[in-house]
Amino acid sequence: MTDLFKHLALILVLGLIAATAVAQPDELAPGSAQLINPEQMVNLLQLSSGKPLVLNIGPSLIFMQAHIPGAEFIGPTSDPQGMESLRRRVKNLPHNTFIVLYCGCCPWAHCPNVRPAYKELHKAGFSNVKVLYIVDNFGTDWVNKGYPTVRGQ
Amino acid sequence: MRKVIVLILAVVLVAAFYELGHRRSGSPKPASSQGNPAPEFSLAGLDGRPLSLADYRGKVVLLDFWATWCVPCRAEIPHFVEFQNKYREQGLQVVGISMDDGLKPVQEFYQQYKMNYPVALGTDKVAESYGGVLGLPVTFLIGRDGRIAAKYIGAAHMPVIEQKIQTLLQAN
Repeated sequence: MTDLFKHLALILVLGLIAATAVAQPDELAPGSAQLINPEQMVNLLQLSSGKPLVLNIGPSLIFMQAHIPGAEFIGPTSDPQGMESLRRRVKNLPHNTFIVLYCGCCPWAHCPNVRPAYKELHKAGFSNVKVLYIVDNFGTDWVNKGYPTVRGQ
Repeated sequence: MRKVIVLILAVVLVAAFYELGHRRSGSPKPASSQGNPAPEFSLAGLDGRPLSLADYRGKVVLLDFWATWCVPCRAEIPHFVEFQNKYREQGLQVVGISMDDGLKPVQEFYQQYKMNYPVALGTDKVAESYGGVLGLPVTFLIGRDGRIAAKYIGAAHMPVIEQKIQTLLQAN
């Protein structure tokens, strides 16, 4: 009987260790320090100096309709081509460059672009990267709220 | 009296310039709303043939703005395939406008999901004509009269869409 308990305890401990190893926390979960909200972003855009480099990592058809003034189009980083564009763009930048990534293609939990892009910059050694937290999409959470936009490529 | 007229003219001119300035700013036009005629478009379909909304006049059209990388869009596609099968004879036509940047992933997706309705790659112009597609998915239902009957932003509740389709199909 004691052996049975020992075995069960061992299985439980091993299971917990395995679960901890497999579960990867979402670095960009709502509320995390890496995120900035649209209101904060609008304030950043109004700074006379120290503005971030704003990189759009979403699809071009959304960018062409409306994007944040000054944002540079990179392309969807869920796509190898977009990821390569991101690598090229940041290649020669100092690692302390203030960078804001944003997409807004779809609801936050489903966005295929923000997490790979953030991970890539983190892996490359960039230490001052923020991601714009867009809950539903760029239309609902930015354009419809009257925040500044420009159109075109 | 002359001063009053000059003042009124000045106010009108300022208001007109303000309005023009606003229209030239970056924001897309206001969203296409219920009751308005659905904007016409003509795009190249995946098979290379033209795909125009006008081709489906007199039918109920489910117009889906989607993309292969959009998780909620992917979840909706099998339902739209089912609707196309179920209501084809009664006059439903599903039309997909993909917001993907390239044709290849759309063609592959089309085969993989056994899509049974026409799909074209979208443009920013078409998206803007529908009030701006600044997030996906966006689904429109267009009545037999060519007017927008409903617009769903984000993942739509399928029973609600199906109910609306049935209502529109019954209307003459």
